Amino acid sequence: MEVKDIIKEENLVYTKSKILTDKVFHYCPGCSHGVVHKLIAEVIEEMDIQEKTIAISPVGCSVLAYNYLAVDWQEAAHGRAPALATAVSRLMPDKYVFAYQGDGDLASIGTAEIIHACNRGENIVIIFINNGIYGMTGGQMAPTTLEGMPTSTSPYGRDVKLAGHPLKITDLIAQLPGTEYVTRQAVHTPAAVRKCKKAILKAFQNVGKKNGTQFIEVVSTCNSGWKLSPVKANEWMVENMFPVYPLGDLKG
Amino acid sequence: MAKIRGAIKVDVEKCKGCGLCVVACPTSVIALSRDVNSKGYNYAYMEVPEACTGCANCGLVCPDSVIDVYRVKAGVEA
Repeated sequence: MEVKDIIKEENLVYTKSKILTDKVFHYCPGCSHGVVHKLIAEVIEEMDIQEKTIAISPVGCSVLAYNYLAVDWQEAAHGRAPALATAVSRLMPDKYVFAYQGDGDLASIGTAEIIHACNRGENIVIIFINNGIYGMTGGQMAPTTLEGMPTSTSPYGRDVKLAGHPLKITDLIAQLPGTEYVTRQAVHTPAAVRKCKKAILKAFQNVGKKNGTQFIEVVSTCNSGWKLSPVKANEWMVENMFPVYPLGDLKG
Repeated sequence: MAKIRGAIKVDVEKCKGCGLCVVACPTSVIALSRDVNSKGYNYAYMEVPEACTGCANCGLVCPDSVIDVYRVKAGVEA
């Protein structure tokens, strides 16, 4: 059987989600953002909630995320995505509201907003991309940077005496009574991608029941910030990030 | 014995040649081309098309959603 006999419309088993626009992602080759965008798009498509979804884009690499998913978007000030998501979900309680944030946005300048939004139990989904670095501005040290990890502002590695310890914000948030579902996922292998999609699906289904905040951390790579190839960056993440940020459900 | 056969179609112009599909493929079908697209990326292609089972792992891990996966039951083989 020739390849041209297999490539036919009726044999199609996997293709790009219809929620994704035709724009080419501006992300670097191999960036985890693209996979997470795709998973969100697939979940929105499967749940048939395109008309009911309002997304909040952050500041960081994913600042232009509104170009890629064909849903309604609001652009928040740096770190303020949970505050904006709170406003949107309170004004339009029947909508599915999600905020998409990176670690420099959520765990640094936006720490107050995320802690209080989760503590109030706002009816929103938070997607938190943690790559341990400020990717967009050139790989500076973030609160989530690992101990000893070299970045452009800590070229000899993070010194915990000088810069503090890696902030496990997801562990903090899991303790808050306002959150219903808190989980940490990754998208480095096909199995992890499938699990992450299940987690995103569960979060979006939960948000319709209005029992609290849904929080999904995705431990991600920043291969250009880490100065590694995409494949090597995934290996580095498994070896170094996972011991500090272990995968699995923390709550719910 | 019925055999599952698959194939992928890569959107060559949108592929960034990150190589994540190459390591995700369980049957080592995919490789990066020596040719480049208009942006200069070595795009992914099927090097060993007969080994593809259409498992869609490459499509799942592709950050740019450029891979379409097709699968067919190839019927009885001689």
